[in-house]
Amino acid sequence: MADAREVWITGVGLLTCLGDSVDAHWQRLHEPSSADTTSFAPYVLHRAVTVDFDRQIPKKGDQRQMETWQRIGVYAAGLALESAGMKGNTELLSKTDMIVAAGGGERDGKVDISILDGLRSANDRGAYLNQRLMSDLRPTLFLAQLSNLMAGNISIVHGVTGSSRTFMGEESAGVDAMRIAHARIMAGQSDIALVGGACNAERFELILYYVVAKALTHDKHTRVWERAAQGGGMELGTIAAFLMLEERRHAVNRGAKPFARLARIDSHQAKRAPGAVKTVLDGMWSGLAGRVKPENAAFISGATGLEPITSEERAFLASHADLAVRATGTHLGHALEPQFPANIALAAMALQRGQLYWPCDSSGVERPMNAPLRQVVVTSIGHRRGEGMALVEAIE
Amino acid sequence: MAKTDHAGRPIVVVTGMGITTSLGAGREDNWRKLSAGESGIREITRISTEGLKTRIAGTIDFIPIEQHSSPELSEWLAKMAAEEAIAQSNIGSRGDFPGPLFIAVAPVEIEWEQREELVRASAATGDLSYADLMRAGETGEFGHIYERFLFGSIAANIAERFGTKGSPISLSTACASGASAIQLGVEAIRRGETDSALCIGTDASVNAESLIRFSLLSALSTSNDQPQRASRPFSKDRDGFVMAEGAGALVLERFEAAQARGAKILGVLEGCGEMADSFHRTRSSPDGKPSIGCMRNALNDAGLSPEDIDYINAHGTSTPENDKNEYLSVSAVFGERAKGIPISANKSMIGHTISAAGAIESVISLLTLEHQRIPPTINYDVPDPAIPLDVVPNKARDGRVTHVISNSFGFGGQNVSLVMSREPR
Repeated sequence: MADAREVWITGVGLLTCLGDSVDAHWQRLHEPSSADTTSFAPYVLHRAVTVDFDRQIPKKGDQRQMETWQRIGVYAAGLALESAGMKGNTELLSKTDMIVAAGGGERDGKVDISILDGLRSANDRGAYLNQRLMSDLRPTLFLAQLSNLMAGNISIVHGVTGSSRTFMGEESAGVDAMRIAHARIMAGQSDIALVGGACNAERFELILYYVVAKALTHDKHTRVWERAAQGGGMELGTIAAFLMLEERRHAVNRGAKPFARLARIDSHQAKRAPGAVKTVLDGMWSGLAGRVKPENAAFISGATGLEPITSEERAFLASHADLAVRATGTHLGHALEPQFPANIALAAMALQRGQLYWPCDSSGVERPMNAPLRQVVVTSIGHRRGEGMALVEAIE
Repeated sequence: MAKTDHAGRPIVVVTGMGITTSLGAGREDNWRKLSAGESGIREITRISTEGLKTRIAGTIDFIPIEQHSSPELSEWLAKMAAEEAIAQSNIGSRGDFPGPLFIAVAPVEIEWEQREELVRASAATGDLSYADLMRAGETGEFGHIYERFLFGSIAANIAERFGTKGSPISLSTACASGASAIQLGVEAIRRGETDSALCIGTDASVNAESLIRFSLLSALSTSNDQPQRASRPFSKDRDGFVMAEGAGALVLERFEAAQARGAKILGVLEGCGEMADSFHRTRSSPDGKPSIGCMRNALNDAGLSPEDIDYINAHGTSTPENDKNEYLSVSAVFGERAKGIPISANKSMIGHTISAAGAIESVISLLTLEHQRIPPTINYDVPDPAIPLDVVPNKARDGRVTHVISNSFGFGGQNVSLVMSREPR
């Protein structure tokens, strides 16, 4: 149908360990993967490249009001707006909706440790805690931590004010942010939306969660599909990823150039019981209703490397062995909320170029793909929950 | 009666409501105390308040919790509100709610008790470092901490308990969160994705660090000596908001589907509006454009004009700035009529339940429609001459109420307004 609504991806903003431009990502995805094994040893981290925040957050005062997770998010949101040709277009920005997937922000680790140290010998625990918090917490730190203040800062710095919603809940937040933005545009509830998220994994208080969960690998970088042999595990990564989703006619009318079409998104929450992940993936796949043409299609997987869920995803992928596979966790690490938006951004990047990047795996899951790339199925299996599947298509 | 609204969309009705606040558990208890003008604000006993500037809050202390933490109590409150709403709605079957869950929750993080637990387990003796906490974590004995303090845990547990469908959505739009949860439910039904939705706002953030953080922003009332008088929205001597805990839940349904199963219609979610503010992280734009635009968007979405509104459920936090700005925005939207429309602040009695406020105040708006009785703004003894509004001072008032607008304005430029009525047009 010529007049049916479609959702186009008209802007992409990415900041990861591979770089802060689409071209840098394309280039680095053809190189061997690596990670930092020293800064947070024994934990392995994919640390974001250093960027000049002035480029997207011109006021130093604004930068000071944020912590790193917000700065990288606002930075990537600016890149997405720039890529969509919307930077500074006040009228359009005032109609642009926004859904951000976020966790919480940085704590002041030094203050925390110093208070914990003192608490060990405090006579009156409650009074001591109150007194230390009153004197040591910076008033602005609260705002630099609040989940919805990444969106708030995007409104302030970039002027996106159509609406502002923040979804939380680790991987689910990223999946459902994309799903709801897509559904709203398809239903005519919105014409244009900035969607994405950011997570700064380079901090002890966040790493601690996944240490406590026994979810992390140690000491050396291992590619996602090769981790099962050692019992599985995640390597955390810092990612900021934003996409501009736009109704087709809206994009055409303003002359925006699309990367790709976001054809469909499904989300789910599978229990962590044997076989459940595979069943959910099968179910979401059947929702694509034969729309995927295997000879020109690939999977971009958000697999965490955790077991047994990664092996279950592997079993699902094996039942569609005619599609090539790439797991982004190998290169980018795992960043929870923004992982799914980032993977859709990488799918859009590859579709715009009409080809898939090189495999990075010796376990036999990833293999080269020489045929032109026209469709990508993006998967999310959250480390604890947060299942999703998106179909991204080339616009020809 | 029409099945679709002015814009040809399915009409969205409310068939179940649940509420728990510092006033008590359930609709009856809350409504009785709200219409009697009672306050739920009290001295904080849960934690030591020594050295704190604010020692009062609308805490919920009547629920016995073994391992107290904000997410633990939040989940309890959400569960109670959802149970009440689903029972009233009589929808689905036990543990099998037929639609999705949208739940507004406060941001979550490991609290001091858990950090101290890790320190103790580490048996560190010298200078402490994060490595000690990591070492304790590596034992694998603290999986419960990780589970409890994931951002998605409350939603996942509520979804499992009530059998809601699909991926549950946890969200935060600061003080507007509860209203955003309802808006997401309305939109899903209008899109035809579902015939029903469970929308909840919950918050149980009264702990030392949260109190201190808000104190450091000078946002809280310090009227510690008279807790019940501390929250006084629109009064000249208002001196900040009072933190409070609670939860509100609504069962939303497509009107036709609710009728088909013979459900009692408790009210209509006629319109939702939002507009983000890019002025400042904590302060509203002085020209009020975003909050004005937000209310107008809600009225347009409902297909109503300002003349149709006969009660305003205010955001009314009792901070000097919010109440003044809300007055300015209300005057801009309602013009000359602004002075004559009753506008009251539930927060005068229950305090500010932050992430839950939008949902709790929607439940109260619907109870106002049901009872045709407007809850008061209590503690209104010193009127602010700069805010000449009919705030329904101190005593509830009977009145004909057909359409209500409920405002929620929050940190980070978050503005959401909801328009509700008693019956479908």
